[in-house]
Amino acid sequence: MTFAVLEGLKKFGIKTDLEIASIYQYYAKWIREGKLKVNSDWNKDLKIKFTVQDPCQIVRKSYGDPVAEDLRYVVRSVVGDENFIDMTPNRSNNYCCGGGGGYLQSGYVEARHQYGKVKFDQIVATGADYCVAACHNCHAQIHDLAEHFEGKYHTVHLWTLICLAMGVLGENERTYLGPDLAEVGL
Amino acid sequence: MADEALELSELKGEFRKKVNELLPEGNLNLCFTCGTCASGCPATGLENMDPRKFVRMIALGLDDEVTSTPWVWMCSMCQRCIYACPMNVDIPRMVYLARQAWPREERPKGILGSCDMALRNDSCSAMGASPEDFQFVVEDVAEEVRENHPGFETLQAPIDKEGAYFFLNQNSREPVTEPDEMIPLWKILHLAGADWTYGSKGWGGENYCMFLADSDAWEHIVRTSIKQAEDLGCKVYLNTE
Repeated sequence: MTFAVLEGLKKFGIKTDLEIASIYQYYAKWIREGKLKVNSDWNKDLKIKFTVQDPCQIVRKSYGDPVAEDLRYVVRSVVGDENFIDMTPNRSNNYCCGGGGGYLQSGYVEARHQYGKVKFDQIVATGADYCVAACHNCHAQIHDLAEHFEGKYHTVHLWTLICLAMGVLGENERTYLGPDLAEVGL
Repeated sequence: MADEALELSELKGEFRKKVNELLPEGNLNLCFTCGTCASGCPATGLENMDPRKFVRMIALGLDDEVTSTPWVWMCSMCQRCIYACPMNVDIPRMVYLARQAWPREERPKGILGSCDMALRNDSCSAMGASPEDFQFVVEDVAEEVRENHPGFETLQAPIDKEGAYFFLNQNSREPVTEPDEMIPLWKILHLAGADWTYGSKGWGGENYCMFLADSDAWEHIVRTSIKQAEDLGCKVYLNTE
């Protein structure tokens, strides 16, 4: 996990010449360079709305707002500019979903739901049909919040949408898509 | 908190000394008690606690309370408090120290178990998946993609490929519980023409030992993974999350 590596290198005095990067930075780079030929036409008529979770570990705790911009650039490119709605607050100032810090494994389920209510309300306020969660913990928590508080939104990984926008998303890679997208591009 | 006035002379303040070692961010005199931290924290109110209260209790020397409250496990160490703090008081690191004050075996079982799983073998996977299990799943899924997904007949998902540009890690829940979720990621890397590899060692993308506040184990995981990336001659250590 990005922060555990970056902070670990610093805290334990580990020296390396490796560039420590987030894949969001490279998704954005590859789209800008035309290597990933994404297209949002699939959503031109559907007009399905998306919001995005800024994972604390990658945004606030590691690379700050520039990586949040990369993340938005990718999401906008794949779902269409007009179909993206930001949460408030966002980027480095975003609220944690409540899945991090070991919360999902801590056994404090009631507290985790209460904590996550802030995030749930934030997502619902956007009116989006989908929340993009490109971090495994965020994904698990935001998905669970929808079930617990009976929200209507779906929670989806970013790689699912990138592949959808390139027309290469397979049949078995659609677990987290709703009925509205289950068949798109197949 | 107690209803009666606190007798400061009776309080130990040992924990405060530890916090002071985090200087400058651990200088408790910097705190304005403004409450910016507490007002923007989703954990405010849980266990009748909030970040400002936590800091004040440390400053007062209420060691027993700050090192026993389960609230430190209900704070996700998301750093929104220090991001907002006008004086840069590092509350998440105080939470880390308070977690560390719990005897290891009394820390939350789920986090403890996930850290111990990661220490079982070189994968550093919180699911305890061995390098062999990982290799089996990856090869099996990649073969399925090559056979059944038109346009991806040459897709590779290498492990320990010498000299690959990117060293990729992966949250181990994906290979263990939902392997099909790896496929979109591989397709993206394939179409981008990325030269990448997983490592047989340190491929697990998660680090529950950090959340457990077990510094030695956290360090072990980082070192294992970074060393594998270096031994393979990779240039970029690419985090998927």
